Amino acid sequence: MLQGWLQIAFFCGVLVACMPLVGGYMARVFAGETVRLTRVLGPVEHGVYRLLRVDVRRGQDWKGYAKSLITVSLLFWLALYLILRTQTLHPFNPQNMHSGTWDVTFNTVSSFLTNTNWQFYGGETTMTYFSQMAGLAVQNFISAAVGIVVVIALIRGIVARREGTRTLGNFWQDLTRTTLYVLLPISILGAILLMSQGVIQSFSHYLGFHGLNGTSGQLALGPVASQEAIKELGTNGGGFFNVNSAMPFENSNGLTNFIEMFLILLIPTSLTYTYGKLVGSRRQGWAIFAAMASLFVVAVAVVYVAEQHGAPAQHLAGVNTHALAGSTGGNMEGKEQRFGIADSGLWTAVTTVTSCGAVNAAFESLTGIGGLVPFADLSASETIFGGVGTGLYSMLLYVILAVFIGGLMVGRTPEFLGKKIEAREIKLTVLGVLVTPLAALIGAALATGTKYGAPSVYAEGPQGFSESMYAYLSQANNNGSAFAGYTGYVQPNGTNVGAHGVTFADLLGGMTMMVARYLPILFVLAVAGALVRKKVHPAGLGTMRTDNPTFVVLLVGVVILVGALTFFPALLLGPVVQGLTTQVF
Amino acid sequence: MRRELTTSLLAVVIFTILLGLIYPVGIWAVGQVAFPGQADGSLTHVNGRLVGSSLIGQDFSGGARAAAYFQSRPSADRYNPAGTFFSNRGPNQASAVAFYKQQLAAYVRREGRYDSGLTAAQVPVDAVTTSGSGVDPHISQANALIQAHRIAAVRRLPLARVEKLIAQHTDGRFAGFLGEPGVNVLGLNVALDKEAPLT
Repeated sequence: MLQGWLQIAFFCGVLVACMPLVGGYMARVFAGETVRLTRVLGPVEHGVYRLLRVDVRRGQDWKGYAKSLITVSLLFWLALYLILRTQTLHPFNPQNMHSGTWDVTFNTVSSFLTNTNWQFYGGETTMTYFSQMAGLAVQNFISAAVGIVVVIALIRGIVARREGTRTLGNFWQDLTRTTLYVLLPISILGAILLMSQGVIQSFSHYLGFHGLNGTSGQLALGPVASQEAIKELGTNGGGFFNVNSAMPFENSNGLTNFIEMFLILLIPTSLTYTYGKLVGSRRQGWAIFAAMASLFVVAVAVVYVAEQHGAPAQHLAGVNTHALAGSTGGNMEGKEQRFGIADSGLWTAVTTVTSCGAVNAAFESLTGIGGLVPFADLSASETIFGGVGTGLYSMLLYVILAVFIGGLMVGRTPEFLGKKIEAREIKLTVLGVLVTPLAALIGAALATGTKYGAPSVYAEGPQGFSESMYAYLSQANNNGSAFAGYTGYVQPNGTNVGAHGVTFADLLGGMTMMVARYLPILFVLAVAGALVRKKVHPAGLGTMRTDNPTFVVLLVGVVILVGALTFFPALLLGPVVQGLTTQVF
Repeated sequence: MRRELTTSLLAVVIFTILLGLIYPVGIWAVGQVAFPGQADGSLTHVNGRLVGSSLIGQDFSGGARAAAYFQSRPSADRYNPAGTFFSNRGPNQASAVAFYKQQLAAYVRREGRYDSGLTAAQVPVDAVTTSGSGVDPHISQANALIQAHRIAAVRRLPLARVEKLIAQHTDGRFAGFLGEPGVNVLGLNVALDKEAPLT
């Protein structure tokens, strides 16, 4: 296992080393400063503003900012729905794919708009190349950018120094700058690196081959590398192929696996540094990073050890799951040889603490305790790094909550970076914190408590409950990973004739994703709008500090407390039961 | 509101063209110039015939000559790279126990004929579990070394020669430490056909 731990340590080290670089760069981008890329991208940026016919010097208050965000999301929703329902008319459709039915399309569109990338469809059997690149991949960029601009607006609300300020910045400027200066350049670099290692980028039709011993098959192709890079960087997670990053054409060796995990965590971690820089105290950023990282490290360790142990079904069948000479051992069900246990375990933690949801191994085949890790990560509601932007704004809501609780404990008016936290902010914060768990639990309750959820369930016993619970937990957290037995579509015979939806699962899931995405965004922007106007009080002796270890412990405590109180009963019925028993069902 | 709608509509069009067409086509162009082999799917040809991709595992268990080839890991989707899915076999499923028992027995039966003394406890776990993608191109080194006995016997090659071929077709960890080593089954089988052609 030493080799595995070394890989994990190396990964974390590289990531932390890159944080100041990327985080500092993003801080300059969002402060509107000139960066080295301005010379190349400046003309493009201003061209976009001219085409959009917006005056980006005009700031927007929180309502204006929210209005632009919601309007553009709505139009992108309609555009994507239109694209996915007209597949027979597409260029770049060498396989003559047909469109899916309205219900599964509703789910997919809501899924990509909300940065979830929950997939009730198999990419290579239902999507045209055009849908993948001009439909889904575009949303990978836009939904990521939307997440980031919201946290930037919140940070501006926190740091505004002039009492009575209203403006949070200009939505169109933030969206354009995030896309052009942050997401696109890193994606281009990532895509080229991935391609050099074997990730494909092709517009060819699928290629038939005849194997050495007479078997024949078909290689599915497509513009994968360009989509793969932004899928990870934007913590989207929607695979080009049905088996996502387990597919060698998406993730071909140890290096691509490393790059993809790195891209997933790059922005969520770096944003804590950006935050520290923008609020004028890097310690503030590192404090939040420390709280997130401590929970992440625990998640990685638990899943790695649990998976290395092997699964009860394997032990009962007499399979040797110990490491042998030339084999790493462990629970290799649903895992790829080139990743083994360590890189599959690390990926599982990486993709569920963030809201990415891309997988390089099958979650449904994780051991009970290994499978508990994705559950626990999602129960933290995107506060452990989380999605790009969403993670930090979710965590900042918890910071406000922790400041409030801390304030109550010492009997002082809670203050956060010089701004008084009062009734209005706390109400909005609590609402923002509660939406996601509530959406998850209501969805899961409806799916398991009524007969309509049953057709989607694959496995017997507690595993079946885990599938359903995880499905709504994942969609509410805008994660998109799945215990993939849970299904929302039926693929008729003949692979390209379009998927048929399971209406109940598609609609409930789609609603869950939209509610759990846009309501918190509105609450966060409202909090930003409330904070931006406030007078700044100089820190005194009685001010609770938010950049020391005590506060980090308090913050972690609040996150665990809220997550555990909300989800513990549900978790007992699924993964905990499975982890505690060697019985089979 | 109307202004907002116009701006949004323009944004949809502009960003779709930039991110949905220019970006992927640009990456494609870079791939065609810099890494055409990889970008097109790392295709493997034998005598001008496409026999697969070195990145995509395939089924060698069919046909009369199956015994002469290294076998891939079990697959849930019949090794179909154009319609992949996970096995979704849970950790505590009764059906999973039955599946592993059957896989283990079949493996020991197949290889035990050539490797007397092979016990179930020596079978590495990757040989009896389904891979994630269903088209895992690799098997573990332990798995390959067991199968080497069969290959050597059927192909009438010295065992040492087969073991050397295995070593040549082992993809190590990247830069010596990222990922896990694995033996590329297609590459190895192509090499075997060259080394000891079947008549």
